[in-house]
Amino acid sequence: MARIVGAVTTSHIPAIGRAIAKNLQDDPYWQPFFGGFARVHEWLAQVKPDVAVVAYNDHGLNFFLDKMPTFAIGAAAEYRNADEGWGIPTLTPFRGIPDLSWHLIESLVAAEFDVTTCQEMLVDHGFSLPMALLWPGGGDWPVRVVPVSVNTVQHPLPTPARCWKLGRALGRALAAYDEDLSVVVIGTGGLSHQLDGKRAGFINKAFDEMCMERIVGDPESLTRYTIPQLVEQAGAQGVELVNWIVARGMLEGEVARVHANYHIPISNTAAGLMVLEPRR
Amino acid sequence: MQQTIPGTTMFDGAQAQKGYALNKMCYSFNAAENREAFVRDEDAYCAKYGLNDEQRAAIRHRNVLELIAAGGNIYYLAKFAGIFGLDVQDVGAQQTGMTKDAFKAMLVEAGR
Repeated sequence: MARIVGAVTTSHIPAIGRAIAKNLQDDPYWQPFFGGFARVHEWLAQVKPDVAVVAYNDHGLNFFLDKMPTFAIGAAAEYRNADEGWGIPTLTPFRGIPDLSWHLIESLVAAEFDVTTCQEMLVDHGFSLPMALLWPGGGDWPVRVVPVSVNTVQHPLPTPARCWKLGRALGRALAAYDEDLSVVVIGTGGLSHQLDGKRAGFINKAFDEMCMERIVGDPESLTRYTIPQLVEQAGAQGVELVNWIVARGMLEGEVARVHANYHIPISNTAAGLMVLEPRR
Repeated sequence: MQQTIPGTTMFDGAQAQKGYALNKMCYSFNAAENREAFVRDEDAYCAKYGLNDEQRAAIRHRNVLELIAAGGNIYYLAKFAGIFGLDVQDVGAQQTGMTKDAFKAMLVEAGR
């Protein structure tokens, strides 16, 4: 059966892609952010995952407003990155694991999550940058992937409570999978930030710190927020916290915090990073 | 949906309908050849996507608050800004009426 080794949650700001392309990891502006990943690399070397299930949001690369799925799951053998309008170099394609994708799809629909299935799916910075942060250096990725896309573009967005339940359903489906695989689950985006309107530049350090504490031992308390409350507290794009909630929901039982880093600002965003693992 | 958060436009069904043509044009800017076509002949490119007068004026003014008022969504508008080499800090500075340096300093201050 598939075994979840832990969860990594991280921000996914486009400027990170530019910084990687220009090798700015040790630059004084970027070091407090990239430096936080050294511990993650050590941890990944220990737990050696075979597969990454990644909860993220598309920002208008794969999905447009013509068809906007609330939850969508990749079921492709390969996922490509592409130009998002800024001409940043694209990354090596990601290998899928269609058998696992279809198992998750079947399990989710049986659990009354009627997800959209994608046999072709471009993955944008919300997916690709966390991958590049976890496994830097380019070349072939050491894990196969299942992208899980959550609509954070067009309201109404799924509630944090619904995202938690999606995570729980994914966790149960993974535990029931027949093949012996180690799985890392990843939630991307956040933390507080707002790009649009006169409130652009809004950041809420106290709220982020509260979320990073509660997501370890009391994640369900975060599911009581409504989306408008999250927009108010975390900023219009800070609602990406729901991807962290999906990832945390995949972990069963008590978890331990292996690592955390928090830095303001990267671009317009409060950048958060956590590694959580099930208590053994 | 109620819009009760100051300085914030919830991109809901009403906005998504209002801004459809504008956002569709901006979505096309994922492709470099479309960005080039826009720069070559802005009027023709906007006409092809059927922008209304408010959207056309907001594009002409390069004004993000006007673009949002015309139904624009920031994720697609970011691709429009990319044509001019502008990043989200330029966009933030414009919307808040600050210089980019002052906007960046405000962000640093938020971390203290």
